[in-house]
Amino acid sequence: MTQAIRELDTSAAAAAIAVPQEPGALAGLAAFAAGVGRRLVPWLVPLALVAAWQAASSLGWLSTRVLPAPSAVVRAAWELTASGELWTHVKVSAGRALAGLAIGGGLGLLLGLLTGSLRWAETLLDSTVQMVRNIPALALIPLVILWFGIDESAKLFLISVSVFFPIYLNTFHGIRSVDPALVEMGRTYGLTRWQLQRDIILPGALSSILVGLRFSLGLMWVILIVAETISAQSGIGYLTMNAREFLQTDIVLVGILLYALLGKLADVFARALEHWWLRWHPGYRQA
Amino acid sequence: MTDKYDNIPEGGVRLEMRGLGKRYGAREVLRRAQLSIEPGEFIAIVGRSGCGKSTLLRLVAGLEDASEGAVAVDGRPVHGLHGDTRVMFQDARLLPWRRVLDNVTLGLPPQQRARALEVLAQVGLADRAQEWPARLSGGQRQRVALARALVHQPRLLLLDEPLGALDALTRIEMHRLIEGLWQQRRFTALLVTHDVQEAVALADRVVLIEDGRIALDERIALARPRSQGDARFAAIEKRILDRVLQKPAEEAGDTGWLGQPALALRWAI
Repeated sequence: MTQAIRELDTSAAAAAIAVPQEPGALAGLAAFAAGVGRRLVPWLVPLALVAAWQAASSLGWLSTRVLPAPSAVVRAAWELTASGELWTHVKVSAGRALAGLAIGGGLGLLLGLLTGSLRWAETLLDSTVQMVRNIPALALIPLVILWFGIDESAKLFLISVSVFFPIYLNTFHGIRSVDPALVEMGRTYGLTRWQLQRDIILPGALSSILVGLRFSLGLMWVILIVAETISAQSGIGYLTMNAREFLQTDIVLVGILLYALLGKLADVFARALEHWWLRWHPGYRQA
Repeated sequence: MTDKYDNIPEGGVRLEMRGLGKRYGAREVLRRAQLSIEPGEFIAIVGRSGCGKSTLLRLVAGLEDASEGAVAVDGRPVHGLHGDTRVMFQDARLLPWRRVLDNVTLGLPPQQRARALEVLAQVGLADRAQEWPARLSGGQRQRVALARALVHQPRLLLLDEPLGALDALTRIEMHRLIEGLWQQRRFTALLVTHDVQEAVALADRVVLIEDGRIALDERIALARPRSQGDARFAAIEKRILDRVLQKPAEEAGDTGWLGQPALALRWAI
């Protein structure tokens, strides 16, 4: 290895000596090539794995019942997209996830604002919330099925319950860590209670609330997957469970990749929110 | 809302402290402070750290309630915060998530934006109006805080060691700026500082607080603008500083080694 590098070095030096009339252009080209190389290197291993997987499937080493070929997965994805089926299921699943987030997250935010701002509300409610928080949302499934059956409301309930706590906790913590000196300043400038909340307390707690949101988004997809896998008449979970019955592993894989893609999209969205809302914050400023 | 800013009563308030006292538990921080301040007067309160001068300012601001006595503005006792008063704190306390101009307009009706920009220009920061506070220097932040206080046209401006964290050159600049704006608007000003030179440079009267009591109340009869190189300035400054140093700091936080004169000087510089 060292030997190879040394050889590369000497050949580069030789090239530099050989073309002394335009060193600028050569150096620029070399830097460009190095830049492209640096970007490509991280992709080498994933590409090699996919290529090995494809080869194993094509050569018959890997049964399609275990894992279909990557090309089969791509074909299945393309067919589902072309028929419009994929889009329908993605819409249903994303709708469920976002509705659950809106209900659970909204309630968490409101309750966090309340207990964070008012001492008596904290005394009254916080320890109850902390006790309930210890119950894993998935442990509620039997009870939820008894209460709501297996239709939409059961899924909404499970997602809402699980996203509620991260947002509640981080909102509460964010409000408590707002600089009291700023609140005092606001009071001396004659701000009303509402203005204090809007202009000082909420913006001060925002970085913490967004951390809660990112936690919630992660949980949201996990719970959605579990809920849809248990029973559903539409959505990505239905698509995959249905495909499993017919041993269509390629479609199962499309479903799994869709979940991953949606999770990634949600995270990208949350980070974009951070970059926009916290652009004043030196810690979040882009270099 | 507009009327409130169009018909501002001229000049400053008359401020009186009538036997003002403050206790935290058994500890008496301020004892029967008696002080009367004319409208438009500039008062500096000096003293060692922990002597009760900041407490006095917080009582006048209405940020804390007095244990005894009262504060009267224009002859009427006041409780809590009042609209004619604005405070400038030691740390600028700008909202980091608002741009400079939006910090100045805090608590103002939206139609007053143009005037906020005007005041920002008076403190020399009109070109930084759309900057984030995190990008400003310490002196610039305090100038924004000054603009934010003045845009409300206060009749009483309370300054709680606002220049304590600034370097010497910036301080002198800020002295000129504050003095100029005070002369122009004639509000009553109450400056708390540990810097005797700053007090002599700015104030009509210098009040010394010692162990929670008013120990000295001296009128500074120097013409403005005052030059710190002036012999009379130096003489007054030395006399007040000597008076501050006279009493050993027996109740100061870190006792024990303060008996040595060289170390006792540390806090005063």
